[in-house]
Order: sequence, then structure tokens, then C-alpha cells
Amino acid sequence: MSAPSANLSPQTSKSGSTDIEDLRKMHVVVVGHVDHGKSTFVGRLLHDTDSLPNGKIEQVRRNCAAEGMDFEYAFLLDALLEEQEQNITIDTTRIFFRTQKRAYAIIDAPGHKEFLKNMVTGAASASAALLLIDASEGVMDQSRRHAFLLSLLGVKQLVVLVNKMDLVKYDQATYEKIKTEYTAFLKSLGLTAVDFIPIAAKHGENIVNRSQPMSWWKGPTVAEALDNFRHEDDLTGLPLRLPISDIYRFDHRRIIAGRVEAGAIRPGEELIFQPGGRRSTVRTFEDWPGPSREVAGTGDSANFTLTEQIFAERGQVVSHIHNQPRVGREFRARIFWLGKEPLQTNKTYRLRLLTQNVEAVVAKVEKITDAATLESIQATSVPRDSICEVTIRAARPIAFDLHHECAITGRFAVEDAGRINGGGIILEARTEKTTREGKVTSAERAARAGHAPAVIWFTGLSGSGKSTIAENVERRLFDAGRQVVRVDGDDLRTALNRDLGFSAADRAESVRRASAVAGLFANAGKITLVTLIAPLAADRAKARAALANHPFIEVFVDAPLEICESRDVKGLYAKARRGEIAEFTGITSPYEAPESPEVHIRTDKLSTDEAVKLVLDALDKIQESKAEDWEV
Amino acid sequence: MSRNAQNDHLTRLEQTSIHIFREAFANFRSVCMPWSMGKDSNVLIWLARKAFCGKIPFPLLHIDTTYEFPEMYEFREKAKAIHGIDLIVRVNEDAIRRGIGYATHDPVTVTHELKTVPLKAAIDEFKWDALVTGIRRDEDPTRAKERWFSPRSAEGVWDYKDQPPEFWGQFASTAPEGGHVRVQPLLEWTELDIWEYIRRENIPNPTLYFARNGKRFRSLGCHPITHPVDSPASNIDEIIEELKQTRVSERAGRAQDHVGRNAMQALRAKGFM
Repeated sequence: MSAPSANLSPQTSKSGSTDIEDLRKMHVVVVGHVDHGKSTFVGRLLHDTDSLPNGKIEQVRRNCAAEGMDFEYAFLLDALLEEQEQNITIDTTRIFFRTQKRAYAIIDAPGHKEFLKNMVTGAASASAALLLIDASEGVMDQSRRHAFLLSLLGVKQLVVLVNKMDLVKYDQATYEKIKTEYTAFLKSLGLTAVDFIPIAAKHGENIVNRSQPMSWWKGPTVAEALDNFRHEDDLTGLPLRLPISDIYRFDHRRIIAGRVEAGAIRPGEELIFQPGGRRSTVRTFEDWPGPSREVAGTGDSANFTLTEQIFAERGQVVSHIHNQPRVGREFRARIFWLGKEPLQTNKTYRLRLLTQNVEAVVAKVEKITDAATLESIQATSVPRDSICEVTIRAARPIAFDLHHECAITGRFAVEDAGRINGGGIILEARTEKTTREGKVTSAERAARAGHAPAVIWFTGLSGSGKSTIAENVERRLFDAGRQVVRVDGDDLRTALNRDLGFSAADRAESVRRASAVAGLFANAGKITLVTLIAPLAADRAKARAALANHPFIEVFVDAPLEICESRDVKGLYAKARRGEIAEFTGITSPYEAPESPEVHIRTDKLSTDEAVKLVLDALDKIQESKAEDWEV
Repeated sequence: MSRNAQNDHLTRLEQTSIHIFREAFANFRSVCMPWSMGKDSNVLIWLARKAFCGKIPFPLLHIDTTYEFPEMYEFREKAKAIHGIDLIVRVNEDAIRRGIGYATHDPVTVTHELKTVPLKAAIDEFKWDALVTGIRRDEDPTRAKERWFSPRSAEGVWDYKDQPPEFWGQFASTAPEGGHVRVQPLLEWTELDIWEYIRRENIPNPTLYFARNGKRFRSLGCHPITHPVDSPASNIDEIIEELKQTRVSERAGRAQDHVGRNAMQALRAKGFM
């Protein structure tokens, strides 16, 4: 096989300059009604800025000749067979090129009505838009619909290209008429076009080179207009908004990972995690391979540790204390709907806002607007490709901002059956109805507490350290703002179990009562710590079964009998040895060690702090359910 | 352009790619990263290590066509040690027994049999629901239409005519029944970005990219169908200078792309990267 080798030696090229002012890529979306010439325009733009690979245009010319078609600039982009057959662009295409000033990604979005979702995909990532209108056809449905979507998606810089001027004999009056009509429409959306440029893309007029037949046009060419677009404002000066992507526990560190969507974050700053309202302070960034950064600004994917370990999970929005997002379940929003099925009230969807993902319903449809005419539509459900104003109610509280306060936390996607089918911006927060009816659900309790309940059952010999560890676990959880309660075997014996002794039957009854009490607390949403010798495996198994509704962590607090006896805090071993206590566990009564406890602590080998950490880690593991997949 | 502006640009790309990695890891049950050992793939490893604070928490997969350049096998072992990679290697032994090879078959058939088929078998074996790939939008027109998260059916088919919308950082985070999602952190990068980042971060790469006797490889694949281009660029600085000037497409030396007018389209719809 012969090796086709290409010549890569340096050559001069307008686009190959190394003297580019601004390497940061400017994303520009090209939109407009079907057949108003978007692909032809982009093909011509690439050609006229000298951005095509060698041989590309000849290759496309050859393909056209082989199929007996006239060459069109649009074919340069329409690499997919189907596009060439249907002569429309079916999906978003990104084309990279450079001017003297900077690099561009041109997003060629489709104009065909059924492919609106692709236009949204393209436009949502753009800083600026070029909208084409065919001079011979004038303003059409899609010309209006696309502008409406641009306003919703937050694309503020817009240049309108009045294309195919050759078809109207380069008539200035036709251009002015379109400009007047469309300016009025944009104004109703709160948009203003930076410019209206008359062009003939097919002939390359006013793209890079000025048009001779339109010498009346004194404004910029398209290339000049592109270079005048500004990058979106830097959001580093805004209040901090950092949605948590994940919590990593690959090694001894517990690292919070998330992208700074607005503002900036530094070590030493106090943070609040919403929803939940827990507070902690940034300890260190943990960058690999190091050294770690000193500040994470907008757009940075940060990874940091906290001074105080608090409950944190994916979805929470991290901010500074003095400038927090709102937290609530209900708000009014403007939505664009792309789903094949209409958007319906009282059907459960998933609402995705940054990394939050919650069930939500449309409680009420207030208004449906035809995007092309801006007229209201009378309908009970929201049809595909329309825009509506609705009240949304989420299943649990979420953190958000109003769109006009902070766009990045003021917008969301709507998912139906695993597919993103719409998006919206938040216009207004709604206060929830204060009087709700019926019994309080466990979900409501968990939502208020910011965590689910759990039962942590400490078993072990007298003097093994159950109470010490449980008290410290309770302290740490309490300080972290969690709902926690401790059920102590000795306390129970002074009241509830006053009638029980130490026979096997009485011990079984004691365990049964303790598990019943723990169940009541757990049902009330508490993290419940039980400290009870519970020496018999069968009794403990019954307790676990009785508490099967809740996550259950059995902690085996283990130390050799000699050591427990030497500690003898309450003097019980001495009494037992003297025969003053009958059936004392470990001396005169058996202790059946758990075979597979969730946590096994050797208190003769670990410090209290180390033991407490093992228990807290096990609890975190349950509440951050992904952890066990990759913990090493 | 100042050194600072270039640094900002690379940092922006890097931080976005890290975010894509983290979103994939948080959303999917079981992630794998195919590794071609090429420059883009090596940049991905680096970004993954940054995303996960040093160690990649999922396996890498090398689909060995048995037609790799000998130097690539050496590089594989070296890089595996440097990065502490958990590597799975798979070969389509059955196709090799059936005599599928470049001496007797066309490149599209061989690529399908020796890459796509064993990739699909490995996905079925390990039940991955997300694959991280190194494709970039600037490589090929069909790749320009890709999404950050791109769902594939159980047959590995890419339904490019009906892709989910992707906006405001919300991606298709649910794999289709029996299928998987391709996660593509390098979508926004260009070939020049890749080399400038390799230079900045000092990322290990095979030396086949550097010119010997006036020729170098710009893109690496199976040796019978991968051809060097004329180039004097013998180090990273020279490659970067060359890329700033060139207008020859990156995959010009990759024969399987050029068999028919829509060869890449056909390969990719069937599950090729």
C-alpha cells in the first residue's frame, strides 16, 4: 500500500497568524428560518476568512460534479448524507475558525421546525447570535420563534443578517422595511439587535469583503461585527454559587468537588450548604499534582476539604453566609417545552437545577404563548415547541435564585422519562401553603432535617466503651446540625425496664423494648444511637428485623474481657466477682460476639477519636450511597 | 497573544473537562475509559487524575487490534506504571482466527471487527453504562455534531438524527435500556490545544509523534493504515509551530476515513469512536 503523505510545511495563511489578541473562543450561534441560507452563509464565511482545509472545496466540487449537482457552499458543512439529500441542516454543527482578532466556534443551528431542540442546544452555549432573514421572503415564523428563544436562553448580543439581497436587486428599501418590522418585534421581547447587515452570502457580499452593488451600506461587514462581539461578563464578582458534584473519599481525605458557577472561593471562608443550612469552613484545596490553588474563580472545578465535617451531598449549593440562594419548593417559571408529549399539570417530572435533581410537578399552567406570534394559546396542556408560564412545585426544597438576580442558579431543565425535554427560568418564588393536611410523612421530616434517620446500635461487654463512643458520636452529629438522640441501656433500666432482671428472657425483653423505643425515634426522623450490651445474637437479629424500615448500623465495641474488667468504671465486675451480681455478662453469662457487624471497633487498639470516625464514616457511607463503590 | 491569555484558555478547557468527568462519575453506575494511547487519550488520563485528586477511580480499556506500532506496546506499559492505571486489555481473538486482517480485508471491515466488535463485547461483559472518549469536535464533520454526553443504544448505535438537547450544563445522564452513554470531555479542544496542554503539563506521549527523517505521525492508529506526514517537527515546540500554520486535516493519514464519501459516518453510526 502506498503511503499518501501530505505536505505540512509552513505556508502563509491569513488565519494562521500567531498574533491573535484573544485566544478565548467566542461561541456564535447562527439561527433563522429554514432555507434563509444559514449553511450557505457559514460555508462562505469559512471560505472568505481562508479557514478551509486544503482541498476541501475541490473535494466537495468533485462530489457535486459526480452526482450532477451544482456546487453550493452549504455542502461544505453538510457532511452527513441525509443533510445533502434533504438540503437542511439536521443538527448543531460547530465550526472552528479564527480571525486576526480571535478564535471562533460557529454553531450552525437548524431552522427546520421539528429540530428546535438542536437550536436550543446550540444557542444555550453561545455568547452571541447571528440571525438570518431572507430579503425576498421577509420575517417568517422561525425568525420570530428563534428570537424568542434567544431571549429566554439569555443570548443578549444579536446581529441580524438580511440575506439574499441579490434576489431583491440589492434594494435598500426592502432592507429598511425588514429592519423596521423586525426591530419592533425584538423590542417586544426586550431585545435589541446590535446591527442589521445586508448580505448576499452566496456571492460573499458584506461577509468579509464589502459589497459593490450595496455601496449604500456603510456599516460593518459580518467579520467586523463578529470581532465587535464581547465575551460574556466575568461572573467572578457575583456571590458564590458552587453546586456540589460529588464527595470523594478515595483516601483519608473527604473532598468536596464542584464547579464554581459564580463568584470565587478561598480557604478560611465560612460556607453554608443549602438546602440543609449546615455551615463549615474551607480548610484546603486539594489539587493534583499540586501545588494547590489559592482561589477558585468562576468556571473552576474546585476540590476542597472542610474544617468541620458536616453532612454534605451532591446537589447542595454552597455559598457564603451573607449572600445565600433562596430555598423553597415552589416558584413561577417561564418554560420552553420540546417534548414529543405535551407538558401536563400534576404529572411528575424531574427538575434539574445545576446538580440538584428532584421530582416536581407543574401545579398550574398560567399562560401558553405561541412563540412565533407572541399570542396566547388556550389549552390545558403545553404542546411541543411552545413557551408557557407555570407554577412548579418540587417534592422537596431546592436552592435557587431568581433568574434576573443570578441567571446560572435561576434556570433549570425539565426531564421526562430520562430525557431532557424542556428548560425554564425562575421568575418569582412562591411561598408554600402554610396549612397542609394529613399526617407528616417521613419524606417531609427528612427534608426538614436535611438527612434521613438511621439506627446505630452499639453492642459489647460492660466497660468496652459503648457509651463513651456513642456520646462522642452524638456530640459530633449534634454539632453538625443533625437530628440525633441516644438511647442508653442503663437509663432504660432505671425506668422503662425497671421490672426486668438479667435472666435470658428478661434480657430478650430488654432488647425488644430498646428496639421499639429506637423505632419510635427513627420514625420521628432522628439518627438514633442505642447502647446496650445485648449479649445474644438471636436478640440482636430480632432488633435488626424490627428496625428494617431504617438504615441499621451494628457497631461491635470490642475489647478483651481483662481490659474491660480492669477499667470497671462502675465497679460492676468487682461486684460480679464477689458473687453480688448473678448472670453478669462475660463472667457468669455468655456474650455472643457479632459475626459481621457494620463496624468493628477494638477499643484496646483505637483512640476514641479514631473509633468515632469509623462510626461517622459508616453513617456517611449510607447517606452518600455511592461511596462504597470506590472507597479504597 | 500573551502567554497569560493562552494559559487562561487552556485552564478554561481543562476545568470544563474536569467538570464533565465529575458529572459522569457522579451520574453513572459504572464508568470505563477506552485508551488508545494516543495524545488525546493521554491528555484524558491527565485530566481524570486532576478530576479525582490523583488516582483514576475506574478502569481503562485497551482494545488491542494486534496492529499497534511496537513502540505503542512499550509506551502502554510505561504509562500504566506512571499513572497507576487499572487496565483491561481485550483482543477479538475470534476475528483473528477467522483471518480478518489488513492483508486480506478493507480497512472499514477490519476496524469494525477488531475495534468496534471487541469494544461492544467488553461493554456487555463489564456492564459499563458510561464510556469516556477522547473525541474532539474539530476532528471530523460528524464529530462536530457530538454532545458532551451522547447516548448509545444496546447495539451501540448512535442516533445522530434524534439527539437529546443539551444546555445549561444539563446532560443526558441516563443510559438507554441495555445501552451506554459516551462521555466526551475533549469536545471543545482543538489539536493545537492538545499539544499546548501537553507542553504546559508535561504529559508523557509516544515519540512516534516526533519527526524522524522528515516524517512524523500526526494521528496514530493501526500501522498498516496509518501513514506519516512530511514534517520536520521533532519536538513539541516545533509541532505547535507547525499546527499554527498547517491547513492539512489531522486525520489525512488515517486511511479508513477516506474509503467512501461517508466512511466515517458509517463507522461511527455502528459504534466506532
